Amino acid sequence: MNRLAGLIALSLGLIAAGLTLAALARSPAFSGHAPAGFWLGVLLAWLCAWAANVALSRTPATGRLATIRDAAVPVAFGIWLVLLWEIVVDGAGVSPALMPAPSTILARLGEAAPTLWADFRQTALKAALIGWLIGCASGIGAALVADRFPFLARGMAPLAGLASALPIIGLAPIMVMWFGFDWPSKAAVVVAMTFFPVFVNTVAGLAASGALERDLMRSYGAGWLRTLIMLRLPAALPFIFNALKLASTLALIGAIVAEFFGTPIVGMGFRIQTEAAKLSLDMVWAEIVVASVAGSAFYGALAALERRMTFWHPSVRMRTA
Amino acid sequence: MNAVALALPGRLARGNTLPILVVSACFLAFWYAAAIWMNAGLIAGRSSGLDAISFAKAAWSLDRPLLPAPHQILWELKTSLFDARLGTPRNLFTHIGVTLSSTLVGFAIGVTLGILLAIGVDRSRALDKSLTPWLVASQTIPILAIAPIVVTALGSVGLKGLIPKAIISAYLCFFPVAIGMAKGLASPDSAQRDLMRTYAAGARTTLTKLQLPASLPFLFASLKVAAAAAFVGAIVAELPTGAQSGLGARLLAGSYYGNTMQIWAALIAAALTASLLVGAVTLIERLALGPKGARR
Repeated sequence: MNRLAGLIALSLGLIAAGLTLAALARSPAFSGHAPAGFWLGVLLAWLCAWAANVALSRTPATGRLATIRDAAVPVAFGIWLVLLWEIVVDGAGVSPALMPAPSTILARLGEAAPTLWADFRQTALKAALIGWLIGCASGIGAALVADRFPFLARGMAPLAGLASALPIIGLAPIMVMWFGFDWPSKAAVVVAMTFFPVFVNTVAGLAASGALERDLMRSYGAGWLRTLIMLRLPAALPFIFNALKLASTLALIGAIVAEFFGTPIVGMGFRIQTEAAKLSLDMVWAEIVVASVAGSAFYGALAALERRMTFWHPSVRMRTA
Repeated sequence: MNAVALALPGRLARGNTLPILVVSACFLAFWYAAAIWMNAGLIAGRSSGLDAISFAKAAWSLDRPLLPAPHQILWELKTSLFDARLGTPRNLFTHIGVTLSSTLVGFAIGVTLGILLAIGVDRSRALDKSLTPWLVASQTIPILAIAPIVVTALGSVGLKGLIPKAIISAYLCFFPVAIGMAKGLASPDSAQRDLMRTYAAGARTTLTKLQLPASLPFLFASLKVAAAAAFVGAIVAELPTGAQSGLGARLLAGSYYGNTMQIWAALIAAALTASLLVGAVTLIERLALGPKGARR
């Protein structure tokens, strides 16, 4: 307990030292031409922080303290990664056209908030979310139809497996031709990208319930629909949630990349493409930050929903026990 | 003789061959029907009073259809692969070669780094605790969107052509390989580890004699994902920078000039190349693991 608290305090102190070094690197005296002694100090501080992290990860702890320890180690590592990025960019005077400093990106996030919000609404809320909903719903629906008619499943499953390895993003120019420049064409790409993994996983999930349970349902005289609702869909939920999580990542990527093929003058992919061409990489990074935060939040929400709905599954029970 | 001929359809129906053929045939029929329906507007403007058969024929032979018929795409594919002179930008093999070379370079770099990182994570508990949560979180980030930054930033310091694209492919390979390999290195159970300890095997011997062989099935599963991801990465890396050659550039050029057939031909070529890549990894897996993973 005492060792844990001491090490966390040490980590915090070292992070404060890192922040000071970052401020120093930004000052006119050091910016762009920091002396060798400064870099030695940075290296020393980082090595101390790493040693503290190693010691922290070896500290025995139980219960809540273990949770705190397991959270503190990666957080400290992540903060130091950002700090080193900031210090190297400022201290060595790296051109902002090559790599902007995190503080510059943060400032840009604040300044360009209205533009970022408009882009987010166009790409994430319209194209990616609507495409994700349609793609997942039709993937699950097709899997249920294929399940009802096993002949169809045997014919479709291998083809769908093949299709999920294909570069489906290449459909984007064709969808632009069919559905126009605005978000429906991007949503269509997202539907095509998400359909196959959801279909394949749902088919696999529907086969996951045990023969014993299925025999029990038959002895109750339950038909296909009843067995599906009471037994096989719940048993398939872990597979379906895996597919939904995978599809959520694919959806955002698909919506952004599809915009590289032509779009109205709003959207995250459009902004990334035009700002990268103007070498204003701080705006590009700001879009990436928005995309990452939104993507992780949606993924996290799905994971939370999964824990609530599949509370009976061994992988969830083990975590809470 | 007769019995064999009678048994054959039954065996076909029990296996997956017949269902796949039937589904594929239905898909093709649907495609041809959709081609008539989608291209109808383009024909109606040009000529009227056609009977059904010549209407369908017209819909399947437009120069710039909304949806080309499958045989038109195959014809375009054949012309651009075999009729155009090799080594010229008109030949599709040139573009496949450009995209494939950056895919393979990136694949090699990404897989090497992924394996090394997995070994590091396996050796150091601190590295594992610090890095693994970020590795998992990074899976939720739309990494492909970074492609234009990398290509532009490296271009501004004079690195152009194959290297920036290879870096994106490497980046996309890196994560699945690192995660799969880390899982594989951790897969030997305690009985097997104890056996190594009773042989007085050190960390290095345990790694080479037990953990690396045990991780191969996990590695190959990741390699299949990584190969497909690297290929998509190389294609996307060609999009935002106005690259002159490569499958991505071909898609983009077709999209600018409204050349439907060129897009579809590039798309089918990309699909075939991706299947070949994944197929090659599967073949190597079979050779390395023996039939049905016998070495496990």
